[in-house]
Amino acid sequence: MNLAGATAQFTELLLALLLAPLLTGWVNQCRAWLQNRSAPGLLQPYRVLAKLFEKEVVLAHNASPLFRSAPYLIFGCLALAAAIVPTLSTGLPLNAAADAIALVGLLALARFFIALAGMDVGTSFGTLGARREMMVGFLAEPALLMVLFTASLISQSSSLSTIVDALGHREFVIYPSMAFAGVAFTMVSLAENARIPVDNPATHLELTMIHEAMVLEYSGRHLAMIEWASSLKLFVYSCMGLALFFPFGIAQGGDWLGIVLALPVLVLKLAAGGAALAVIEMMSAKMRIFRAPEFLGTAFLLAVLAMLVHVLLEA
Amino acid sequence: MIEMSSIDAGLLAAGAWIAIGCCGLAAPRSAGFAGRFLYPAGAAVGVALAAIALFALFEPPSTRVLPLGLPDLPFHARLDALSAFFLLLLGGVAAGVSVFAGGYLRADQGSSPGLVCLCYHLFLASMALVLVADDAYFFMVAWETMALSSFFLVTSDHRHAEIRRAGYLYILIAHIGAISILLCFGALQAGTGNYTFDGMRTLQLPAGWATVAFVLALAGFGAKAGILPLHVWLPEAHPAAPSPVSALMSAVMLKTAIYGLMRVTLDLIGFPVWWWGVIALAVGLASALFGIIFAAVQTDMKRLLAYSSIENIGLIVAGFGLTLLFRGFGMGTLAALALTATLYHCLNHAFFKSLLFLATGSVLHATSERSLGRLGGLIHRMPWVAWCALIGTVAIAGLPPLNGFVSEWLLLQAFLFTPDLPQGYVNLLVPVAAAAVALTAALSGYVMVKFFGIVFLGQPRDEALAQAHDAGPWERAGLVWLSAACIVLGLIPHAVINMLEPITRQFTGYGISGEMRGWLFVAPIEPERASYSPLLFLAVATALILAAWLAVRAFYHGRARRAPSWDCGFPWQNARMQDTADGFGQPVKVVFQPAFRIEGEAPSPRDSRPQYRETADDRFWFWLYLPVARLVDRLTGLVTVLQRGRISIYLMYSFATLLVLLFFVR
Amino acid sequence: MLQHYGPQVINLLAAILLLLAFAMLSQRRILSLINLFAAQGLVLFLATALVAALTAQSHLYWSAGLTLLLKVLLLPWILHRLIRRLNVKWDVETLINIPTTMLIGIVLVILAFNLAAPISQLAGTVTRSTLGIAMASVLLSFLMMITRSKAVPQVVGFLAMENGLFFAATAAVYGMPMVVELGVALDVLVASLILGVFLFQIRERFDSVDTRHLEKLKEH
Repeated sequence: MNLAGATAQFTELLLALLLAPLLTGWVNQCRAWLQNRSAPGLLQPYRVLAKLFEKEVVLAHNASPLFRSAPYLIFGCLALAAAIVPTLSTGLPLNAAADAIALVGLLALARFFIALAGMDVGTSFGTLGARREMMVGFLAEPALLMVLFTASLISQSSSLSTIVDALGHREFVIYPSMAFAGVAFTMVSLAENARIPVDNPATHLELTMIHEAMVLEYSGRHLAMIEWASSLKLFVYSCMGLALFFPFGIAQGGDWLGIVLALPVLVLKLAAGGAALAVIEMMSAKMRIFRAPEFLGTAFLLAVLAMLVHVLLEA
Repeated sequence: MIEMSSIDAGLLAAGAWIAIGCCGLAAPRSAGFAGRFLYPAGAAVGVALAAIALFALFEPPSTRVLPLGLPDLPFHARLDALSAFFLLLLGGVAAGVSVFAGGYLRADQGSSPGLVCLCYHLFLASMALVLVADDAYFFMVAWETMALSSFFLVTSDHRHAEIRRAGYLYILIAHIGAISILLCFGALQAGTGNYTFDGMRTLQLPAGWATVAFVLALAGFGAKAGILPLHVWLPEAHPAAPSPVSALMSAVMLKTAIYGLMRVTLDLIGFPVWWWGVIALAVGLASALFGIIFAAVQTDMKRLLAYSSIENIGLIVAGFGLTLLFRGFGMGTLAALALTATLYHCLNHAFFKSLLFLATGSVLHATSERSLGRLGGLIHRMPWVAWCALIGTVAIAGLPPLNGFVSEWLLLQAFLFTPDLPQGYVNLLVPVAAAAVALTAALSGYVMVKFFGIVFLGQPRDEALAQAHDAGPWERAGLVWLSAACIVLGLIPHAVINMLEPITRQFTGYGISGEMRGWLFVAPIEPERASYSPLLFLAVATALILAAWLAVRAFYHGRARRAPSWDCGFPWQNARMQDTADGFGQPVKVVFQPAFRIEGEAPSPRDSRPQYRETADDRFWFWLYLPVARLVDRLTGLVTVLQRGRISIYLMYSFATLLVLLFFVR
Repeated sequence: MLQHYGPQVINLLAAILLLLAFAMLSQRRILSLINLFAAQGLVLFLATALVAALTAQSHLYWSAGLTLLLKVLLLPWILHRLIRRLNVKWDVETLINIPTTMLIGIVLVILAFNLAAPISQLAGTVTRSTLGIAMASVLLSFLMMITRSKAVPQVVGFLAMENGLFFAATAAVYGMPMVVELGVALDVLVASLILGVFLFQIRERFDSVDTRHLEKLKEH
């Protein structure tokens, strides 16, 4: 763990924290273009965060200390996840502290606490949202783990930097199992980031809420932390997808020139990914909540199939 | 100073427990005497036993022949690495649970406190003796004592009919298991008449008899451990028993069954065949999925935890199956990895499950409610219990950086390396098995959110909950001991893996601690393949959380005010508008609907007092147990014909037997 | 470069074929089902053209062109016209629910892979491992035929089965003789015509295309 590595790690983390709301703003902008209306602007998420931080927090009478500390816990977990995923380069110090399975565990920890926070005040919306979120979670988490397992089987390692090295820095090979894994991963990230067709991020209607229902009681700086954590989650999933399926341009550890060059490549890739997400959201309609287990079950089985295809075709 | 070997120290500890139990008979009706002196003394013995076991792990095996037992088969006792590990588990958990029980057990709960104290310490002693027994007779004596003492503990509140029924079912299935274990020992001695384990170790069984022995061991020890389909006693017996007893049963007694299975397969049979591993893997995964799916739909908090125990035991048996699979193919390092994961999970489960059962005990004491439908909001009235229970739920859900995650991580690592197996079908089935493990882990997160959220968070669902009081000092001490163990086991995995190395070296010839990269990281095979550092993880996460909190306070402000809850502007929120336990389990009921036998009644529109009822029952009860019970009933009906009730008939039976014997002896 | 990446692309196309077979299995809407079938035809066209380029067998180019014409353009157009004339509902009903169907599908895939393993040892081409995938997609299409209750998805399942066989022939043994291929294509065409007539008769008699109504034709 040398100074250069630590500096690179810190830079990556800071960049993730700063770029995440921009990614959300870009996706909203693309959606607005596709729907032929004018968007509130690329920097709107930043303005929302600034406004929320200024405001006073209003807590329910029976909110517990868990409720008050959960936003910081969730934010911390997702910031750590953003530091673990190789966004600009591999071989960073934190990559050795947590591998792919630990990353999935970290995302599960964040989901655990946000569900508990939703149940804390004891309103009908909060518990409803918590139940739906855990329902999406118990199918999406194994699917994500199986996608990462496919990548691990290909690269013979579960450490994320070794996976990216194997997929991106060695000779280019087409892996059919990654086609299956890619479809499964797309379905899982749509579900986990509360996007159409699983959840509508722009609505507050009971029939359509999952994520919004859990955070209904939060206000002020708590809500700001949670909104920031949500955009960080979208950023983490996008970077995970780019690292697994389009790893070209990610530098190798310690290569400073590579890291500087990787930044514009990352921005371009994220822009393309955000636009693709907006197109997918435009083309789908939101599913009934009980179609969501079918959707995620399909993703899970596709991920299992990806592993089977790997064992057959590529081993 | 007499030179004492570890086995003597261990036997002395067991004897001390028996002595403490007998002291309980001195003042049978006084709960205070038992609570203030005897249980803490038992806890101290537990700590001592754990220390002895820790030393014995790194020493060569020590043996002792006791002057008790049959004339030609005295009790043999042996303390080797495997026994020492499980003794450590027993001692550590018993310490915490005994301290809790000191403050918990009261005088007006059915049996007298003195008797409960006797049975409790006898239970602990018999478990310790099972773990050190080195011949079949001693093993069975200790095993039966364990079953009997736990039966009396389960039915200690014998005033309620359903508790008596639960106890009856428990002892019935325990004895079916015991018969199977006895038959297994019979198969292992292979006609030589030598029932000591040393004799069985040196014997080379033919392959057919070895398989028979393995199947009998799996059935017998599986009945005690609670794997499918012999699991029906678990969800009945664990809620019926008082909470410290449930904690001990779930945490330690199930692990003695796992110990027995490991001892027979790895040590006494010696050369496992690979397809035994496939059977164990399949049975384990089926139990795990079954257990967690049923846990999600329960409305009684202790039944929920009991089903969760079935799930964890299923995972342990699946890990053991993986060990056998690797060992059968001669892949020693991977077998060591799988065995380490299995043993680590045994240790973890013991601590976090006992913690959760004790927390439910405190809740039960404070509110006298077991049903999730009448709890809620207890985090305000019982903060100590709630925060310890939070540590337990995060651990059992397998979330980093606590201990549940480490054993799950090791198990998943073992699955990741399996596509190198020589057998085609097994190669393809193992990724599917890994998927099942991942699904089980995700579902356990769901179940634990339900458990913690409905019991401790939200609004109280009953007015009586306003009088709930927090746990007393003894109870707090027990809870804190177990929570601290969960945290420590999660943060120093390399120490635990070092501890497990003698065991894996003995049974697979390899250990996995040799490839670790310094004390900060755990890297089971190679650092490039996978590594995990819980300390670094926790440090960075805490740093980020603190930095965020301080930054927000520094740049903005920390003002907050209290107001009624928002709930989208609806002002008349009451406690009935939040989710019930049934409601929270509904998604699982819908998604996994073929697994349940759902019966319910819905009200008609004309009912003046509408009532809604829905139960999700265990299909095994209707497919397996009820038909067998009916068959036994019919058979006994045929035999009952002999019982006429008239004395002359019975005298005629004796007369006929006498005549027949005289005829044959002639 | 073609020699190096060609077999890998064929493997990728095989995986996409299996993916489309699974997608058809989990589809609820008939319109998307027909589009997926057209996509399968496109994958077949690409695979055949690539094999033709790799092995320089010019008759495979004709085969590829025929596939494009029939399976990507003609048959989907006929099916679209059919469902518009029959005025069927857009949602597909299944006999067993979709997650269970997909689980059975996975078991079938494992079976197919293991069955094909010894055969693919004997084949001489580089892409012999795609035989297992082709067999798996045949079995999955058969499963789709079994678990659907409406007639149109069953017809699509039958046609998808033929797709799988065609892919097996192309990828594993580098194409069938032209005669065999034309024969199979004619058989499929005739079968589709008969099925089309059949569908109209069912519609006339029962006023719906639910094949479960055929059970009413039993003796008692």
